[in-house]
Amino acid sequence: MLKITDLQAAVDGKEILKGINLEVNPGEVHAIMGPNGSGKSTLASVLAGRDSYEITGGSVTFEGKDLLEFSPEVRAAEGIFLAFQYPVEIPGVTTINFLKTALNEIRKYRGEEPLDAAQFLKRMRERAKFVNIDDALLKRSLNEGFSGGEKKRNEIFQMAMLEPKLAMLDETDSGLDIDALRIVAEGVNKLRSPERAIIVVTHYQRLLDYIVPDFVHVLYKGRIVKSGPKELAFELEEKGYDWIKAEVEAATV
Amino acid sequence: MTNENLKDKLLTAFQANEANLNGVSKTALHQKRREAIQYFEKLGFPTTKHEEWKYSNVSPLTKEGFELNASTDFGYEDVKMLDIPKLKGNILYFVNGIYNAELSVIVSPAEQLTIYNWAEALKNKPELLDTYFAQYANYQNDAFTALNTAFAHDGVVIEVPDNTVVEEPVILRFITDARTANVAAQPRNLIVAGKNTEVKVAESYRTVGENAGFVNTVTEIVLGENANVQHYKIQNDGQKSHHIGTTQVNQADNSHFYSVTVTINGGFVRNNLNIVLNGQHCEAFMYGLYFPNGKQHVDNHTLVDHAKPNSYSNELYKGILKDKSTGVFNGKIFVRPDAQKTNAYQSCRNVVLSDDASMNTKPQLEIYADDVKCSHGTTTGKLNDEAIFYMRSRGIPLAEAQTLLMYAFCEDVISQIKIDPIRAYLEEMIAQKLAE
Ligand SMILES: Nc1ncnc2c1ncn2[C@@H]1O[C@H](COP(=O)(O)OP(=O)(O)O)[C@@H](O)[C@H]1O
Ligand SMILES: [Mg+2]
Repeated sequence: MLKITDLQAAVDGKEILKGINLEVNPGEVHAIMGPNGSGKSTLASVLAGRDSYEITGGSVTFEGKDLLEFSPEVRAAEGIFLAFQYPVEIPGVTTINFLKTALNEIRKYRGEEPLDAAQFLKRMRERAKFVNIDDALLKRSLNEGFSGGEKKRNEIFQMAMLEPKLAMLDETDSGLDIDALRIVAEGVNKLRSPERAIIVVTHYQRLLDYIVPDFVHVLYKGRIVKSGPKELAFELEEKGYDWIKAEVEAATV
Repeated sequence: MTNENLKDKLLTAFQANEANLNGVSKTALHQKRREAIQYFEKLGFPTTKHEEWKYSNVSPLTKEGFELNASTDFGYEDVKMLDIPKLKGNILYFVNGIYNAELSVIVSPAEQLTIYNWAEALKNKPELLDTYFAQYANYQNDAFTALNTAFAHDGVVIEVPDNTVVEEPVILRFITDARTANVAAQPRNLIVAGKNTEVKVAESYRTVGENAGFVNTVTEIVLGENANVQHYKIQNDGQKSHHIGTTQVNQADNSHFYSVTVTINGGFVRNNLNIVLNGQHCEAFMYGLYFPNGKQHVDNHTLVDHAKPNSYSNELYKGILKDKSTGVFNGKIFVRPDAQKTNAYQSCRNVVLSDDASMNTKPQLEIYADDVKCSHGTTTGKLNDEAIFYMRSRGIPLAEAQTLLMYAFCEDVISQIKIDPIRAYLEEMIAQKLAE
């Protein structure tokens, strides 16, 4: 589904991704872990199409198509979704209106009829339950004045509405207490399916107790320096990142 | 004719009008007109050396030729094209400055409000004009107000008797019919809201045709104690239009005034909104919205004069500028020495979408009382890139995302318009304009 080959990216001439290789197949859940500043958000942003990064090398294909050629909106319509680490507040645009526009634009791209108001509301009510979001919140301006937890739940709600083929969750657990974390994780688990791939970007292992990954990768200094089964996450939890850093330093000397 | 200087032409026209007046020239009202033309003659059209006109150059206007009494056959068929769906109320048409009775409808019962054109007002309520006309709008220092005062002979005169709620809104549609010639019009309006009254009045300015227009309008609004007036000014004129307008408001104790000015289109627009809070516990809200594109120029000058203690004013103007357009916001807040406990807030926010567009903002606070709360702020920026990326990442195409954001930016001003069909109509016009 997703094939990243030797991907390199820079911002303002500073190299951040230094050759990422990763393959993700439908139905798989991959966790990307790593210390702060290692490039996790950059990778997710580059895949979603943020244009402040310069792609300096490598390639990314999604279902065989050259992903890097597409605008962010086309990527979304092709089935890519990013749950943001810091969701943006957009005063004056309600979540409902925003999502209705988004969903119908995606449907248009796919040659599908737009959902009418009733169909949209039905779908919204149904999916809002996935993450315990109430109507009142959805009628407010997008993310404006939302608590940290509400913002993260809203991201997962949007994922539920847009039904992406590949969802990337960037630190969706950060800033959540254990109850909120559970709600968000349960929402994500309801969205797991054999057709859908999920990349969970996280700093901590605790989210992975709830969303159990098939693979764990460690990103450090712009490279995936280690990959393994879910047990790798426990090892990281136990030992921290220092041993990985040490391994990497030893290898580069 | 086009070579003749506009000022001279207007002075000559005034004399010609006067020669036809016979006995009327002796009336107090006409004496005011005569005084006003003398001020106009002395002041002349302002140049950019004038502090209040630094960024708004009227010299192209003064070189243009206009027909002062242009004929028009604007009629029912034309009205249909300008129809505002579902709008009900008192709808009055003024074409090239002259009241058109056939096109107009008045639905409010006479005990709720009297609503006259000038001819009717002079016949039925001359004392109203004698008492209020030109008592508030300053023609001694403002050339355009002087000119309007000198030529005042049609427009609307509205009186809301004490203790009355006017249920249906009053919609004044000023049409500039520039289909066959360059047209000048100078409507003059007077709105007197008595004690304990409520009324909504909308002025809409619209040009049809491609020729140049010069509309110089003055509206005086007098609020009695505890009056509540909503006043909207909506402009959708042509690329060759020049609109210069003054709304002059005088508020008595406990009165509430709400103003919303929306400029959709207009080649050259200058709106003056002057409010005198001449009573205690008054509230004045001023909202503005403008979207110049191409080479359009929109200038909003507001003046809030806190003359008495314990009043409140709040102002929010917002603009989106494209292409080579220019905008001006000048907001003066004046707090007089005994206007203690004044609260006055002002904010002007702009989105400038092109390097060739520019916005000049100038807040001016002159505060002579010590126990007051005043604040002002202006911002000029671009659309939020983060928000745009967020929207695009959800599948919303770039242009659509920009339009949504611009629309959202306007929302808190548009929502201030409390005549639903007008708000709905505006929303559509704004969406169209933003998508251009
Ligand atoms: N827009 C940007 N401008 C400058 N530096 C950036 C930008 N985005 C990321 N970086 C830098 O790139 C590195 C990786 O950041 P990031 O991808 O956010 O890491 P992570 O998500 O793993 O914490 C950091 O050193 C960060 O400071
Ligand atoms: Mg990050």
